[in-house]
Amino acid sequence: MSIKRSLLSIPSRLGVLAFLFLMVLGTQVFAAHPDVPDDESAISAGKALFNSNCRTCHKLDQRATGPALRGVTERRSLEWAGKFIKNSQALIASGDAQAVAIYEEWNKLAMPSHEFLSDDDVMNLLAYIEYGDKAEAQVAGGDGEGSGGGGGGSGVPSEYLTIILAVLVIVLLLILIVLGLIISVLTKYLNSQNLEEDDKEFVNQKFDLGKILKSDAFVIIVTALVIALVAKTAIDGLYSVGIQQGYAPKQPIAFSHALHAGQYEIECQYCHTGVEIGKSANIPSANICMNCHTHIQNVGGKDGISPEIQKIYDAYDNNRPIEWVRVHNLPDLSYFNHAQHVAVGGIECQTCHGPIEEMEVVYQHSSLTMGWCIDCHRQTDIKSNGNAYYDKLVQLHSESKGSLKVKDIGGLECAKCHY
Amino acid sequence: MKEIKKTYWKGVEELTNDPAFIKNADREFPELPTQEENTPSRRDFLKLMGFSLAAASLAACEAPVRKAIPYVNKPVDIDPSIPNYYASTYNIGGDYASIVVKTREGRPIKIDGNGISPTTQGGTSAQVEASVLSLYDKQRLSGPMANGESKDWDAFDRELAGKFASASSITIVTNTILSPTTEKAIAKFADKYANVNVVTYDPSSNYGILKAADVSYGVKGIPTYHFDKAKTIVSFGADFLGTWISPIEFSKDYAQTRKISKERPEMSRHYQFESNLSLTGANADYRTPIKASKSGLAVLALYNALAKKAGASTFTAPAVEVEHLDKAANELWANRGASLVVSGSNDPNVQVVVNAINDLLGNNGKTVDFSRPSYFRKGDDAAMNKFVVDLKAGRIDAVVFHECNPAYDFAKGEEIADNISKAKLTVSTNDTLNETASLVQYVAPTHHFLESWNDYSPRLGEYSLAQPTISPLFNTRQAPESFLVWAGESMTYYELLQEEWKAHFAKQDVIADFQTFWDSSLHNGVVEEAFTPVSLSELNGLEQAASAVAKAYKSDNAGTELIVYKKIGVGTGVMANNPWLQEMSDPISKATWDNYLTVSQKWANENGLRMVEGATRKAKLTVGDKSLTVPVLVQPGQAEGTVGLAIGYGRTKAGRVANGVGVNAYELLTTGGDFVNFDITDGVTVELTSDTYSIAQTQTHQTYMGREFVVQESTLGAYKEDAFAGRYRPEIYKDGKFVKPSKVSLWKGHKYSQHHWGLAIDMNSCVGCGACTIACQVENNVAVVGKQEVLNRREMAWIRVDRYYSSDADVKDLKGLEIASENPEVTFQPMMCQHCNNAPCETVCPVAATTHSSEGLNQMTYNRCIGTRYCANNCPYKVRRFNWFKYHDNKDFSVVNVAQNDDMGKMVLNPDVTVRARGVIEKCSMCVQRIQAGKLTAKREGRPVRDGEINVACAVACPTDALVFGDMNDAESRVSKLLKIQENELEAIKEVGEERAYHVLEEINVSPNVWYFTKIRNKDKSEA
Repeated sequence: MSIKRSLLSIPSRLGVLAFLFLMVLGTQVFAAHPDVPDDESAISAGKALFNSNCRTCHKLDQRATGPALRGVTERRSLEWAGKFIKNSQALIASGDAQAVAIYEEWNKLAMPSHEFLSDDDVMNLLAYIEYGDKAEAQVAGGDGEGSGGGGGGSGVPSEYLTIILAVLVIVLLLILIVLGLIISVLTKYLNSQNLEEDDKEFVNQKFDLGKILKSDAFVIIVTALVIALVAKTAIDGLYSVGIQQGYAPKQPIAFSHALHAGQYEIECQYCHTGVEIGKSANIPSANICMNCHTHIQNVGGKDGISPEIQKIYDAYDNNRPIEWVRVHNLPDLSYFNHAQHVAVGGIECQTCHGPIEEMEVVYQHSSLTMGWCIDCHRQTDIKSNGNAYYDKLVQLHSESKGSLKVKDIGGLECAKCHY
Repeated sequence: MKEIKKTYWKGVEELTNDPAFIKNADREFPELPTQEENTPSRRDFLKLMGFSLAAASLAACEAPVRKAIPYVNKPVDIDPSIPNYYASTYNIGGDYASIVVKTREGRPIKIDGNGISPTTQGGTSAQVEASVLSLYDKQRLSGPMANGESKDWDAFDRELAGKFASASSITIVTNTILSPTTEKAIAKFADKYANVNVVTYDPSSNYGILKAADVSYGVKGIPTYHFDKAKTIVSFGADFLGTWISPIEFSKDYAQTRKISKERPEMSRHYQFESNLSLTGANADYRTPIKASKSGLAVLALYNALAKKAGASTFTAPAVEVEHLDKAANELWANRGASLVVSGSNDPNVQVVVNAINDLLGNNGKTVDFSRPSYFRKGDDAAMNKFVVDLKAGRIDAVVFHECNPAYDFAKGEEIADNISKAKLTVSTNDTLNETASLVQYVAPTHHFLESWNDYSPRLGEYSLAQPTISPLFNTRQAPESFLVWAGESMTYYELLQEEWKAHFAKQDVIADFQTFWDSSLHNGVVEEAFTPVSLSELNGLEQAASAVAKAYKSDNAGTELIVYKKIGVGTGVMANNPWLQEMSDPISKATWDNYLTVSQKWANENGLRMVEGATRKAKLTVGDKSLTVPVLVQPGQAEGTVGLAIGYGRTKAGRVANGVGVNAYELLTTGGDFVNFDITDGVTVELTSDTYSIAQTQTHQTYMGREFVVQESTLGAYKEDAFAGRYRPEIYKDGKFVKPSKVSLWKGHKYSQHHWGLAIDMNSCVGCGACTIACQVENNVAVVGKQEVLNRREMAWIRVDRYYSSDADVKDLKGLEIASENPEVTFQPMMCQHCNNAPCETVCPVAATTHSSEGLNQMTYNRCIGTRYCANNCPYKVRRFNWFKYHDNKDFSVVNVAQNDDMGKMVLNPDVTVRARGVIEKCSMCVQRIQAGKLTAKREGRPVRDGEINVACAVACPTDALVFGDMNDAESRVSKLLKIQENELEAIKEVGEERAYHVLEEINVSPNVWYFTKIRNKDKSEA
């Protein structure tokens, strides 16, 4: 076997190994109860049920507010699982040892009852729990990596640019040294020749720094440079007036989006109810917090009531609203509508708000300047598919080149935002 | 094409080309008031301090911390930024409108008409539109008061109940109560206490009609009028389009008879015989100014003329010469059963004769229906007079003033105020400490109507509901609820209301359970029910009435006569503390912030008064033993020998806005013959004094610099022959032929690929009521600037209704001038930004703050505007307004501009529209916020915009549907069909097929997106 051939075979071997590894992993970890259906329809029906009822507190393969669920049919009997899902409190009250153990383990956090689920629903749910979205963890990991790469811009990462720059500087310095050496060698050589007086003077002229510093050209260049620098600093400074990019005020409650949106993957719309229907996305009212926090009184399995969660209770009990500090402050002269962008335009929250699911404290990710708005309107395609409102515009635009962008339908006009 | 030779003018100074008028007209902006000398001006200060201030503030600048405060428990129906709409009812006194209230985050911010209502049919009036601001009036009482001290309700009620129990009789004084359930609550109160007596009066009384209906037919109520079914309308001083009984309803009906097209070139003919030039008179085809002392005889003469034709017996009466009366009689007779005669007189005898005329003409049951009475006015002047007598005599033991203010707005108000202390117990349910409430012992302030539950019955078989659209702002309690509490009832008014409505539920068989019925009734706002028409007796009382009229009226009264009228804005003065209504320019006089004595041009000439640009003199007006000093306004069309004065002004305890504005005309009213007489024909003298005065009139502001053909009009006869009649069609010579101006253009033109918004305005149906101007003010946060700034020609209205007088008389000599202003024709033209496709404003803006949109709108970007005002200079329509001051959060404007200054007033602001800063231009945006919202709804639902779902505030408010807004690129839209747009191409310049449609100043080819339809007068052709 030549060196070349052996090198080529390595990836395929690795691939085989990885495949085998995954197979083993899959079969070993998830050994579901044989009665749990594994057909696609059951899994997808179960997924819908899971997303609407369980997802807020449970994950398949990770502990969240409640335990990781995959493999539950191996750990428990089907009958027991059904009872627990439908009414866990009743099961606990009946003194079932396993149920009580779970109750104790999770800080006496009761799971709401789901009596409305039929037996079939429960089986579908279990089908999804056992067989659904197996690659979830891997996919999520991939996603994280992708967004990290996206943040740095396209192509070459910024560290490489610095290295390249440093190398260039070194090369230029070397060239300078070599040139100096060449000059001295040439001077020596010319001096050894028989030169005329003028030429001699030229060859042996001294490098006069003072003269250069006093020369008009130098003064003008330096003055111009200084003025340009000062002007640029001043203009940059002025442009930044009123821009609060990075603004991360302390909030009355140390609410973490990283926990709620990131770790628990609660949909943004669950709390920000207005985002698809109106101008305001809505800061959630305390009663929305209470949907979950009636049950969840502390974080990370600690005992008692968390002081931060206590603040919600105080607000709710005393009917005193929580005074959040506004992070994103558009000036009053501009009209921005969330529904237009999210419901109609299909823009992701993260496009403007940044990696909100990673923020412990929310900060203003984008500059929110008019230039920033306009740039996006120039580049973004209209989401015209399936929206009859745009039919005529699409038809008219089809004759010209390029896709239909926001700017093509008046997205840069003043009275779209200012009135 | 017939040559148009009419002269149009807005004010007499324009007609006479007064130097002062020319000086102001030549300037786009009036001269600034001169600075005081030698004192450093504000500008100097800024010049000195400007830079250092800017530098210091920039260095220290850090954005303020702003809070975002969500609900604790978000109500299910309320989503921030999404408006909710609730059907409800506007009712003040007997003025009624079925409405839809727009609320944002629980605050009512706009009132629209309810299209389901058979009465108001979706129309509103200036007062209805403005009433939402009165809700946020800080002058309202914040809780009950006993003897000048605040009390809590429990202690207040306990104390009061004891007093009621010990009273030997209780009189409840009220304006018309339109609510059956409120009447029920009062009945429960009457059951509890001894001798409870209800006295009803109305500040603008229609007792004459009520009494006449009773005398003639034995009917208790005002008949239902059907102006839509009348081909000939004759009105003796009834301002039915402006202020008479139910003007929204009448305007809607009347407008149906004024909409003409080539397919239906028919319209009603309208005669008006009146002394003051009213809004209705301004719309009449034939208007005859007559003295009030003659009007009764004119009615009788009309009866006699018709009786002759009918072969009935006539009555002897002094002969009167009234122009057009015979002509009117002939046409009424020709249109028997499809004609209508009404009178604004409060004299029951005159109204009996009017009933007889309609009876002769067979109009009963057709255009005037006594068998279905309406209840807008129930005031009994005789009973109220008796109350005043009893009060003076000390016979009134206890009195409750239920939401009324007779010390101010009854003819004998002064006597009531002086003698009120003779009653042992005095109570008021007014929501402010007004002229009456400030004199009583106990005030139990009621809710604003937008905070109340209620029901109303505008006429037999028709009901409407009112529901609260906001929690009570103050510690007030709805008056009927107070009556229930005092009656010792344990039920709330809401419970009583539902109980009463179970009877309505029982009368229908469409909905099976009460809750559903209740919910659907609340949702719709109105309910119609089967009813049994009231049976009428044979016509009675004509002989007595006719002889009384013949005796009481004179054909040759030499003395001056005073006709007291109601202005469309301030009305009876109940809402006088509303700055929007105070600054609304009167449709006829164009005056703001005042009432004044209207005099004829002849009187002014005789007395040497020249009125220029609002500068006038005061006169001493004496009626009997009372006299007032009041500014004089020369009013074209004022009948010779008469003067007019409006009620509703001269409030002393209305609040900061209205106190001291104008004079109180109620004081001058007389109550001879048991009815309140608004036409005072005896003992009136007017003496001009040397005191000068300025009336803030807007009539000559924003003129067109003598450009012609702004108003284009014709007569029905000419229109039938040629649909282009009255049109000016300018043509330009180009390449050997004459072409339309639009074919010659400097501009490249726009393309509108999706929408092309346009507005069509029918000048034939516009009656000039001005509801649109207030609707625009509410919708677009337009500032109120106050009287002085109006005098400085700086009013901010985005839409104005230009009122033109016209006549074909020769205006060169004084005689001609007198004739011209004696009885001119009147044309109304709503004027707002024309959204030109070749906009002259856009080309001159140095910073591109005003630009054109891809939907045909001329956009104004406030944050870009630097205030050069070039655009306003270059606007041929004079519709751009400059913010000379910061009108919001400025103590100098806090009294007048309450909606932008005090914390409660600000709740009325439309959150979707910027409040403009100082130094920028603003103008009509064609309600771009509504366009954007409508488009978003369509996009979210994935469908094209439906015609009608986006509408501008002025068009929604219009009680005659004169304004039609829509997408001219949509061939199916109402505006496209109305204009007969030939091809709905993407081109900005549309080819319009409708002959009557024209552009104002078409010859300058700015190509507006607002079209006007020629005004057609139903005159005989020769009289054009």
